[in-house]
Amino acid sequence: MANALNDLTITEARRLLVERKISAVELTKACLARIAATEPRLNAFITVCEKEAALQAEDADRCLSAGDAPPLCGIPIALKDILTVRGVRATCGSRILENFVPPYDATVVARLRSAGAVFLGKTNLDEFAMGSSTENSGFGPTLNPYDLRRVPGGSSGGSAAAVAADQCLAALGTDTGGSIRQPAAFCGVVGLKPTYSRVSRYGVVAYASSLDQVGPLAKSAADAALLLAAIAGADPRDATCSARPVPDYTAGLAGEIAGVRLGVPREYFGEGIDPEVRARVEAAIKALTAMGAKPVEVSLPHTRYAIAAYYLIATAEASANLARYDGVRYGVRAGADNHLDLYRRSRSRGFGAEVKRRIMLGTFALSAGYYDAYYLKAQKARTLIRRDFLDAFERCDLIAAAVSPTTAFGLGEKTSDPLTMYLSDVFTIAVNLGGLPALALPCGYDGRGLPVGLQLIGPAFSEELLLRAGHAYERCGFSRRRPAAL
Amino acid sequence: MASDNYEAIIGLEVHTHLATRAKLFCGCSTAFGAPPNQNICPVCAGMPGTLPVLNRGAVELALRVGLAMSCEIAFESVFARKSYFYPDLPKGYQITQYELPLCRGGRVELPPDREGRSRTVRLTRIHLEEDAGKNIHTGGASLVDLNRAGVPLLEIVSEPDLRTAQEAGAYLRELREILRYTGASDGRMEEGSLRCDVNVSVRPAGSEQYGVKVEIKNLNSFRFVERAIEYEVGRQIEALAAGATLTQETRLWDAGRSVTRPMRSKEFADDYRYFPEPDLPPLVVAPAWVAQVRAKMPELPAERRTRFTRELGLGPYEAGVLTQQRELADYFEALAAQVTNRRSAANWVMTEVLRFANESNKPLAEAVSPAVEAAALLRMVEAQQISLNAAKTAFAALCAGWQKGEHKSATDLVAELGLTQVSDEAEIAAACDRLLASESVKVAEYRAGRDKLFGFFVGQVMKAMGGRANPKVVNQVLRRKLQS
Repeated sequence: MANALNDLTITEARRLLVERKISAVELTKACLARIAATEPRLNAFITVCEKEAALQAEDADRCLSAGDAPPLCGIPIALKDILTVRGVRATCGSRILENFVPPYDATVVARLRSAGAVFLGKTNLDEFAMGSSTENSGFGPTLNPYDLRRVPGGSSGGSAAAVAADQCLAALGTDTGGSIRQPAAFCGVVGLKPTYSRVSRYGVVAYASSLDQVGPLAKSAADAALLLAAIAGADPRDATCSARPVPDYTAGLAGEIAGVRLGVPREYFGEGIDPEVRARVEAAIKALTAMGAKPVEVSLPHTRYAIAAYYLIATAEASANLARYDGVRYGVRAGADNHLDLYRRSRSRGFGAEVKRRIMLGTFALSAGYYDAYYLKAQKARTLIRRDFLDAFERCDLIAAAVSPTTAFGLGEKTSDPLTMYLSDVFTIAVNLGGLPALALPCGYDGRGLPVGLQLIGPAFSEELLLRAGHAYERCGFSRRRPAAL
Repeated sequence: MASDNYEAIIGLEVHTHLATRAKLFCGCSTAFGAPPNQNICPVCAGMPGTLPVLNRGAVELALRVGLAMSCEIAFESVFARKSYFYPDLPKGYQITQYELPLCRGGRVELPPDREGRSRTVRLTRIHLEEDAGKNIHTGGASLVDLNRAGVPLLEIVSEPDLRTAQEAGAYLRELREILRYTGASDGRMEEGSLRCDVNVSVRPAGSEQYGVKVEIKNLNSFRFVERAIEYEVGRQIEALAAGATLTQETRLWDAGRSVTRPMRSKEFADDYRYFPEPDLPPLVVAPAWVAQVRAKMPELPAERRTRFTRELGLGPYEAGVLTQQRELADYFEALAAQVTNRRSAANWVMTEVLRFANESNKPLAEAVSPAVEAAALLRMVEAQQISLNAAKTAFAALCAGWQKGEHKSATDLVAELGLTQVSDEAEIAAACDRLLASESVKVAEYRAGRDKLFGFFVGQVMKAMGGRANPKVVNQVLRRKLQS
């Protein structure tokens, strides 16, 4: 049992709220107090919505008292600041949008709203979700709650740190190339990247449209299941969103994992992986095996092209997605005499270095004469990577691997060398290119006390099985250590 | 003349608004003329995080046009992003179709000219795309109106099959009629719902190779298209005849000076960095959908022309004139159904109706009194109750009233203007007697052999009776009296 209300999981809090042993207002206040106490060091939030959260909590208490409480009624949640909330500024971690207040809710936000959730605020991220450390934010880096000299991962670093530090009960992030799973692993929380098209992207400010996906960061697989159930499903505002019915993920947690074939891809355990990370992940696979899962060796040979393909496809899409930030309608607008200067100055001033780098890379990849050599070639590699997974899932039900080759690295350690930074996503990126779901679970700590993440990857729309496996693993004796640094 | 030694090669890219109520990728209204930035939402204003959702009604209209022009309909077509920066382009890219358009191939049959020659223009492709907004430049500032941003456009690209400005004009008129007949567009160029870019090159007559192509933009009326082509063909021939080389370029039509001038290089970009639109799945058009659209297709101008010649016995040129506007053809059919003589109905529409429509510069329905009144007049002529000239006078008065919002019946008006023809022999005979009595000298001359005087007598009787006498009866009575 947790010490303070903000330490609760959603599942625990829900029971106490419904039984009226605690109030939503108390719960929200506990979170806001924790935020106030830890933010000066952590910097997990860009915007904290104290007033709005208090009002939502009061509404939630009324529903709870009336016995008419939707599934997340009164649950305080943090939102990555790339999701739009009507009337709350959405910066995307970029100075170019520091004053942008959207007049619309993202579909996931509207769904959480109708599920009764309380929005604590908007969390920090790498600018436009481009990064692996949250150091690329225009609003300063978020620090890792386990070691304030280290990064929380990225790009959903603010959401991961906020959950780990118990500033909220859970959070939403987005994952384009590992941006939920890698910070979840670095901060020792559960992170789920759903199948591409499982969750609506409406109101999710686009980085790379064919890869972006919203998902939960939570303190348990059961909490992730509750959040996913609330946000998933068809959306008439997103033509790429699947019409497939949403299963009852919470009911699905109960099943067995005995007999589940667990693929172990040899390419993910070779060179470049930290021995301590490897040892913890192998131990987790053993624990799952002890519960009846059957390990099988599989191969994902085209994974070695994943990072190159990703940095062509994602940047190409980003170069178009970010063209709208031109200073004409919203966001930073630099003074200029003509429209070309207006674009040049506004964009030069508003975007950070990594965003500019990726826009230029993507612009180049799509340019006349280079399209076939870069963008088209990358799409072919993507097809091969997708086929690797299909082949592997002929022989197994889930794939197990590390989330990241290392635990959280030091602040500033990789900022001077973008390529090294990109390589920290080597185990997560192929999953996005395949459009597949994957779950990051804390599976132990290295010698420095830093969390290690286990990654379970499933075939398209296998979230139910992933969450069941994650839930089973949590029950087999692994317990989350609270961060000591705060 | 030098121009006889050259041949012009012309191809047209026509953009037309589709007549959907909602925009292509959001639910905003497409209504023309709303105050600036009234018909906009986060999607068409390109706000962060918004996504396009395809309006299937626009696809249906595009399919109608594609079928009307005998195109091959793609089972799967793909939207693409075309990137360029401009203040009226809210997302920094336009969603269009590039490598895989909705319709490929196809053709447009031009109506026969006065000599009865018809022509087929082949199409390259037809695709769907969204329109941009509008920049409004006012003293020192530029304002952006996004009402038009996201309005569905159909781009119809022809093969370089046209040879003269007149042919280009005929092609555009036929295209506009197909768009109107199919209900795909109102085809109003003045509201920007039909726009045209022209590709022109010239080559020595008999040559098989194409010359250097010039693209002309900014053409917003049929007249400007024809004049720009005439100017540009002349300019290119002159240059070639003088031994100069032409450059491939984009030129703008300067309506004020009636010339084309080169576009400054900054006015267009040449690398649009097309790539497939990741926010929209491929557009799948199932054969059943195509069949459904085909089953609901209205009669098209070319089919109507054929029917007019086969069933109503009109000549190809007449049929062409009558079908050049859907409203005119509808008027003709309504009129023809109510009179015995279809040819006189055709003549009436081609002369009287077209004259008032053209003179008034209004849509046909507002310019011309309804067909039921014209039919009443023609029936009175057939029944010899009024003369053809009286019918024309009556029709002119009816149309003048109609344009002012008055609605009189033909019968009332004929009575009011006293145009009813007198066929009563006794009355006419009395008038003839009075005339012959007063013109005894001329009567004597006539009887002496000056036959020509007969016309004079008829005219005088008609005049005496205020033009209302039945000329046939006057003729008969006079002849009888002069012979006796």
